[in-house]
Amino acid sequence: MDVINQPLPVRQLEPGATLTVRRPLDGGTAQIRLLEEAILDTSFVSSSTERHVVVPTLERMRVEELSINYGQKPAVRSVSLPIRQGEVLGLIGPSGCGKTTLLRSLNRLTELTKSASLIGRVTLDGVDIAELEPTALRRRVTMVFQQPNPFPMSVFDNVAYVLREQAKRKPRKMSLRPQVEEALARAGLLEEVRDNMDHPALRLSGGQQQRLCIARALAANPEVLLLDEPCSALDPQSTKVIEDLIVKLREEVAVVIVTHNLQQAHRIADHVAFMYLGELVEYAPGHALFGNPKEQRTREYVSGAFG
Amino acid sequence: MRTAIDDELLRLAEDEGLSQDQRAELSLGALVCGVIVLLLAMVVFIVAQAWPSFAHNGLHWFGSGGNVDQQLESIFNSTSYLHKAVYTFHAWPLIWSTILTTAGAVILAFICSLFIAIFMVEFAPVPVQRILEPVVRVLASVPSVIYGLIGVLVLVPFIGNHLITQSERASVTPVIQLSGYSLLAAVVILTVMIAPIMISIFADGLRAVPRNWLEGSLALGVNRWRTFWKVAVLTARPALIAGTVLATARALGESVMLSMVSGSVGFAPNPADGLILFVEPSRGLAATILHNTDELSSPPMEHTLFAIAAVLLFSSLMLSLAGWGAKQPMKRYFQVGGAEA
Amino acid sequence: MSRTRALESSSSWRWTDRLGLAFAWLVGLLFCVICAAIVIYLLVQGIRYLHPSFLWTNPKVGNTQNETGGILAPLLGTALVIALAMGIATPVGVGIAVWLSEYARPRQLARVVESTVEMFAGAPSIVLALFGVILFRASFLGFLTEKTGGVVYGKGFFPAGAMLSLLALPLVVTSVREGLQAIPNHVREASYAVGKTKIATIRRVLLPAVRPDIITGSMIGAGHALGDTVIIVILLGDTYILQGVGHVPLLGTLRGTGDTLTSYIFDNAPTGDLNQPNKAFAAALVLLVIVLILNVIVDIFGRKARELKWT
Repeated sequence: MDVINQPLPVRQLEPGATLTVRRPLDGGTAQIRLLEEAILDTSFVSSSTERHVVVPTLERMRVEELSINYGQKPAVRSVSLPIRQGEVLGLIGPSGCGKTTLLRSLNRLTELTKSASLIGRVTLDGVDIAELEPTALRRRVTMVFQQPNPFPMSVFDNVAYVLREQAKRKPRKMSLRPQVEEALARAGLLEEVRDNMDHPALRLSGGQQQRLCIARALAANPEVLLLDEPCSALDPQSTKVIEDLIVKLREEVAVVIVTHNLQQAHRIADHVAFMYLGELVEYAPGHALFGNPKEQRTREYVSGAFG
Repeated sequence: MRTAIDDELLRLAEDEGLSQDQRAELSLGALVCGVIVLLLAMVVFIVAQAWPSFAHNGLHWFGSGGNVDQQLESIFNSTSYLHKAVYTFHAWPLIWSTILTTAGAVILAFICSLFIAIFMVEFAPVPVQRILEPVVRVLASVPSVIYGLIGVLVLVPFIGNHLITQSERASVTPVIQLSGYSLLAAVVILTVMIAPIMISIFADGLRAVPRNWLEGSLALGVNRWRTFWKVAVLTARPALIAGTVLATARALGESVMLSMVSGSVGFAPNPADGLILFVEPSRGLAATILHNTDELSSPPMEHTLFAIAAVLLFSSLMLSLAGWGAKQPMKRYFQVGGAEA
Repeated sequence: MSRTRALESSSSWRWTDRLGLAFAWLVGLLFCVICAAIVIYLLVQGIRYLHPSFLWTNPKVGNTQNETGGILAPLLGTALVIALAMGIATPVGVGIAVWLSEYARPRQLARVVESTVEMFAGAPSIVLALFGVILFRASFLGFLTEKTGGVVYGKGFFPAGAMLSLLALPLVVTSVREGLQAIPNHVREASYAVGKTKIATIRRVLLPAVRPDIITGSMIGAGHALGDTVIIVILLGDTYILQGVGHVPLLGTLRGTGDTLTSYIFDNAPTGDLNQPNKAFAAALVLLVIVLILNVIVDIFGRKARELKWT
């Protein structure tokens, strides 16, 4: 166990929460469990490799023995995973391995397909999501899709969409503005659209549209953000912008990202789950899975033997 | 390797082909020009025949004043009994009747059609959907004269016998008779007639909404009903406009059914009368032409009727323009832009 | 294409949303009921007065409903006028659709042609009828109808058929044009590559390919023309039997006046001159059956056409 001998980033943590200590030098991590309330200072910035950076995580969702079938065909076989705030969970695997299905089951979008059937459970903050109203669930667990899909409205209206839906009475545009701007700022888009918020959203470039979708998803103040290959339709420049954004966001929301781009997973994921043919083959911290995979299949996939 | 003979053969073939193609293009071009000429001829002839009536009446043509039926009668008789043609005609009661029936039917049909289209496309269980689609098609293909027949034999007696009280009858006796031929019958049947047009166009527009927009909204925690209204209906606005314009044009031009159920008096129902308004008879512009079509032999009558036709023609042209104009501002939001970053 | 069917029950919605859904159900069912009522009512009333002899007796002058005969003349009149109308509308419609889809030069002209077709589609049929009145009074068109003492009568099958064709024309154009536009360009290029001229390509390759669209478009147009009463009442002369003109067999009938099912119903309704509701019902049933059969044929054809998709 590593010794923490410098002031740590502050976060109000509950007893029982798990701290993952990350070491910048070799990327090793260790788990520390809090026994009593701890208060940590968020202003601490580490620049020397001798410092230890603590990134606290909080478990938000848990997948327990989840199996999903489309009709007779199994798509996901008995997968169990934790999803934590404070880290990015990457789901990787070849096409058809069930990673997208798994992602979509986290906000019950799999129910849109008639033939889908589910065994096992998924919990959000301890509550089985099957017992929640789908609409309530999807406000807390929001999703960004592969193809940017902003609505045919102005930029402002896109972000304000969820806010307007949540409000009991029709809120005035002025009162929504601060929340919209905050969501856009979190998505890293505010500076670019600050003067053009009434312009049609479809006029933005692909990368901007995707960031708008992220802003829209964040406007709901979700606890978990699901990303389904968000950069696969974008150019490398926009991809970099969004990857930086995701890493910044992980402090505030639990992030789950499905990607077929192994380098991307390596860059941004803290924990990686490798799936193959519906099974969870290996789940490990990113550096461990890529640097020293335990399973044979993982080793083969990561080295590009199949894709 | 191309030789001189090949070149010559090619040139010959091209020449022959070109002239064949040229001829074809010219003949087809002549055909389409012929159709354009036909439309122009229609507008010109009708306006020309209508001109005397407008010239004599000026803007009062559209105003009110006097009993429209009496005016029509004197117009018709004018050339046989007097030798000076009479053109005095104030068409306001007819115009008002047309406005009331058309507006009433379009508004009612729009509401019903929008809900039915949404229902059909998204919320109806599959068996219900499979029944609704043929129902809409059957309703769309029933000829208007059959609608008129059923109207006059079922709806009109129903209104006359069950919805009109004696006191109501008494209150308007000096002016008109309440017998079931009414605005209500006209609006109800016209609604059923134009709704199928709206429903099919609305439904097509709603079905064309990209699925991922709807999914995106659902994934943000908005329920199905509100998702569909907020996203799909918003996106399908051009289809809503197109359907409404088409249905309004149909309603404006309807003469047969209206002449059978809305009454044959040129009376302008007065909103100040209250609810009796709905059971008062009236006659619209198109129905008036049909009503007096036997009297086309009298020149002043002919000019008057053509004047009415000119108003109808002009209205339908204006409608098409309005529909086109209303769609323009919306194009902004639907054009997916290029990279403007 | 799957619908967004989620397992969320509507009980989680706001009450305004639930009210909306309830209203949608209500109106949907209401329309089904109205449709059923119309069909059943016509069926019941029509069958009561529909004897087989009704179909092949001519209308006669008489005092009671038993004496006034049947609808042979109107039936023939309907067939004749529709045949005439579609005989004009189909070739002209195909020609315009081909020009719009394959030529369309100059661009301004194409836009004008499109607007023209749209305007004909939107023109009320009563306006078309009155146009027909003026048009066919012209003496150079006198050969199409009866001409007595220098005055052209101007009413008959030719004028009625011609104006009905204007009614059906936009529908044919739309259907054929969509069919032509659905054919991918490589088909045309393949034909040009083997040296065929444009017009030969159109005639030998494209038109046969859109034959289903031509047929469906014509049938839809015919359906609309079948249902029209105004043009018939004003332009067909409204004689209760087919009155031919001159001695040439078919041409004489076409130049003459007559009746169709729609004007028959119109005249026999309580608001019409003859006021024989029973006959009107019977004729209405016959007309509705014809229209519905036409619809079914269009459906079947449409489905077959969709099966021959261009990959």
